[in-house]
Amino acid sequence: MNDRSSLDEFAGGPGLLGPPHAPRGREEGTRAALIAFGSTVIFIVVALWAILSSDAWPAVQKQFFNWDHFVAVFPEVLGGFWLDIKMFLFAEVVILVFSLMIAMIRSLRGPAFFPLRALAIIFIDLIRGIPVILLILLLGFGVPALQLPGVPKSALFWGLTALIISYSAYTAEVYRAGIESVHESQRMSARSLGLTQGQALRYVIVPQAIRNVIPALLNGFVSLQKDVALVLILGIREAVREADIYAASTFNYTGYIAAALLFLLVSVPVARFTDWYTERDRRKKQSVST
Amino acid sequence: MTTPKLEIGGVWKAFGDKEVLRDVDLVVDHHEVVCMIGSSGSGKSTLLKCVNLLVPIDDGTILLDGADITAAGVNQNQVREAMGIVFQSFNLFPHMNVLDNITLSPRKVHGVARAEAEEKAKGLLERFGLSEKVVEYPDRLSGGEQQRVAVIRALATEPDLMLFDEVTSALDPELVAEVLDVIRGLKDMGMTMVIATHEMGFARDVADQVCFLDQGRILEHGPPKQIFSTPQEPRTQQFLQRIIDAGRL
Repeated sequence: MNDRSSLDEFAGGPGLLGPPHAPRGREEGTRAALIAFGSTVIFIVVALWAILSSDAWPAVQKQFFNWDHFVAVFPEVLGGFWLDIKMFLFAEVVILVFSLMIAMIRSLRGPAFFPLRALAIIFIDLIRGIPVILLILLLGFGVPALQLPGVPKSALFWGLTALIISYSAYTAEVYRAGIESVHESQRMSARSLGLTQGQALRYVIVPQAIRNVIPALLNGFVSLQKDVALVLILGIREAVREADIYAASTFNYTGYIAAALLFLLVSVPVARFTDWYTERDRRKKQSVST
Repeated sequence: MTTPKLEIGGVWKAFGDKEVLRDVDLVVDHHEVVCMIGSSGSGKSTLLKCVNLLVPIDDGTILLDGADITAAGVNQNQVREAMGIVFQSFNLFPHMNVLDNITLSPRKVHGVARAEAEEKAKGLLERFGLSEKVVEYPDRLSGGEQQRVAVIRALATEPDLMLFDEVTSALDPELVAEVLDVIRGLKDMGMTMVIATHEMGFARDVADQVCFLDQGRILEHGPPKQIFSTPQEPRTQQFLQRIIDAGRL
């Protein structure tokens, strides 16, 4: 309050800056914004100075940030990135459906469903225990080598399958957490109305569960959107692989920067959206509980 | 002699080491209203959940219209379809509006067409003074309204036995009456009901038979006049005395 009264004096007496309480919030908001902006600018300047003043910077700049190379490699990388996007969209849809099925199976109760539950748990444990990259290698190189009749031999097919299987195991656990977050009384009242276990899950539990885990699912989107690049290990020409090929022939790595920029272009908006949605959801829940 | 609507014989139930029902016998005739009273933890709720097959019993039999519903191989869903249960905490489905809450079971379990189910639901809502709430979501309703919707939801499948599990315990005092009135209305329609309640005045008014439960046993049962005026068991007298001291009777 002290600086407030001195401000008032400075401004020619109380009242000239407006009523003492109402605008204070706005004033402080502006001040906070200025501080945030100032400290951000200072941080960026210091960081840039530290990088640019390094002795090795000119060499790194030539190797990674070369405009001519950027222009030359960009169309290839962009073409590869389009494949990344297509793989991501296709895999995500399959994952969302497949993992929900696994989670629902895992949530069934009663001794009759034991074998199904056990299968779901074994699947989740096994798949989550293997590194994604290893799964891609095993399926991508292993299955086509078996030369089974009627089984696809495309590396793309098996690379995507590996990603889908791996992400489904994780996403199933996300769904399961959501299913368990719905209060037991909801299941009980659904069952008391004569609904079967499956109907109770489908109409009562799962719709509420999904609502509860949307932020976690969106988080998985961001993760998968980048991890599709892992199929490059099978020689699939997506964005990073294209940059790789360019680097191998020119010894210039600007293609990697181009690929990184493209990935950022998609993942940052999704991440921002996730934050926005989570915050909105949190507020909504708070307003209900009060 | 006709078969009673519900016949509970020698039912035992334990959760771990804790015995919550000990050799419970109870016969409910057609169109009879039975109120169960007793302190919290005496087994009233558990008994209702056993009848609805939400909690499996350890021993004994439960006959519905003379058929043993706890025997192996009984289709639990079919048994539940024949009775309605309303819980203390309403348990409406928060992601559905009032109409969808009510029509879910008729449509999905009983295969009633949507238009028909909705028409019937609206009729029920109108009868219980809720016709303006058809498209509201549960979180926009008062506790009393939510509980009345829960009763209608249980009625929508046309059960001929209704179970009430302390349905007014979670309500603000001024909202209790509107829910109890609904139950009185059902009595007038001839519904067979088993009601666990802490509302002694209501139990005295509405019950044909009152059971006093204590530590998992039915210590005493009889017409309300007998239980409330001349209780025989010391435990019953003690329980009722405490209620009277608290000004609740």
